[in-house]
Amino acid sequence: MQQNDGMTLIVKTVTRISVWMILLYGIYIIFHGHLSPGGGFAGGVIIALALLNVLLAFGRKFTSEWLNISFLHDLESASATLFLVIGILGISLGGAFLANFMNKGELFALLSAGTILTLNIFIGIKVGMSLFLVVWVLAGSKIVKGE
Amino acid sequence: MPVEYWLIFILIVMIIASIAALEMKDILSSIVAIGVVGLGVSLSFLFLQAPDLAIVQFLFEIFALIILVKAFLGKDYHIEEPSRINKILAGVTVITLAAIFIFSVSVFELLPPFGEPLMTTSQYYLENGAKDTGAANLVSSIILDYRAYDTLGEITVLFTAILGAFTILRIKSKSKKDKTELSHAAK
Amino acid sequence: MIVYLLCFLLLLVGLYGVLTKRDLIKIILSIGILGYAVNLLLILFAYRKDSVYPILAKGKEVAQMVDPLPQALVLTSIVIELGTTAMLVALAIKLFEKYQTFDISQIRRLKG
Repeated sequence: MQQNDGMTLIVKTVTRISVWMILLYGIYIIFHGHLSPGGGFAGGVIIALALLNVLLAFGRKFTSEWLNISFLHDLESASATLFLVIGILGISLGGAFLANFMNKGELFALLSAGTILTLNIFIGIKVGMSLFLVVWVLAGSKIVKGE
Repeated sequence: MPVEYWLIFILIVMIIASIAALEMKDILSSIVAIGVVGLGVSLSFLFLQAPDLAIVQFLFEIFALIILVKAFLGKDYHIEEPSRINKILAGVTVITLAAIFIFSVSVFELLPPFGEPLMTTSQYYLENGAKDTGAANLVSSIILDYRAYDTLGEITVLFTAILGAFTILRIKSKSKKDKTELSHAAK
Repeated sequence: MIVYLLCFLLLLVGLYGVLTKRDLIKIILSIGILGYAVNLLLILFAYRKDSVYPILAKGKEVAQMVDPLPQALVLTSIVIELGTTAMLVALAIKLFEKYQTFDISQIRRLKG
């Protein structure tokens, strides 16, 4: 473990437990977006905050080893593209751009509401990754300037 | 106690906090005062029966606080004292804004009164939303089914903004080199 | 009515900050205040008396609900605001690296 990287041992230990809970909460919010308050935007910001927690507590070096940053870039672009793909599938299967062509299922069931759940997941990934990456770049610029 | 009184109280707190944020010298105090404004907005959303927005606003507040503190704290710089002409201009601005406020009172009287919206399209969404889309959360059914185009545009704007931030911050190496060259030339 | 006016006053405070402040950070904060005021004003228009949030629940009879359309619009607006704030912060950092100050009058002077 690096000595002068990140915050103190107490913060690191707490973060090691809390990050998974925050991530789980974000995923819960995304998946229940069509049933309860929340959805892709809120869940995405929660996921970004969880990753940000690691960045603040453990420092930049550890985070770049733990997460594959270029993979996060790919994930961000891919989710935006998949949103478009769902929209174009709506033309062929539902008759209109972004039409709800999937099986709507039963009201109040978790796997229901057709494309809404799918789009919520893509939006969550997109928002979470892009917001985390912005802070990643902002924090990086600060370190370079301090040299 | 009716919702309206709570809202008036929260709004007055928010106005005071925003004026404090603009007038304080210390940057950390300003950012914290902005946090008060944002949390007041989040609380108002809860009173106005918009839990979706309250969650997003609350998270927005935390995120903006982290970005602002991380970017601006510890930067040492000096703001010049406003000269006399600046003070006069600020006074003129305040008077103009006060005039706008007074003249706008009659505009707000034309709007439907608080608590009684028109709801022409929304009535359809409320009645048929669950049947058409299968989602219990009607806000979610609007943003991702009835008006998914809006969300697509929103994603595009977010993508562009993030891309812009990346591009702006990536130019660093070149400008830094320029600066060192300049300082060498100065020596 | 008085709620609308107070919210409009908040918007004018933000406008005052954008017009008169010379500190870039204060300008970014003022733009944030403008965004808050506009979002809140839209949601104030959507409120209906004695009604509940527009989310159905199992076993709860359908009651009168508030207008969901402005809520959906503001939801996207808040996230866009976040992206815009990040971009403004990036611009401000860039300017600070070049000029070592956030004072826009000094930045203007150094340009020419």
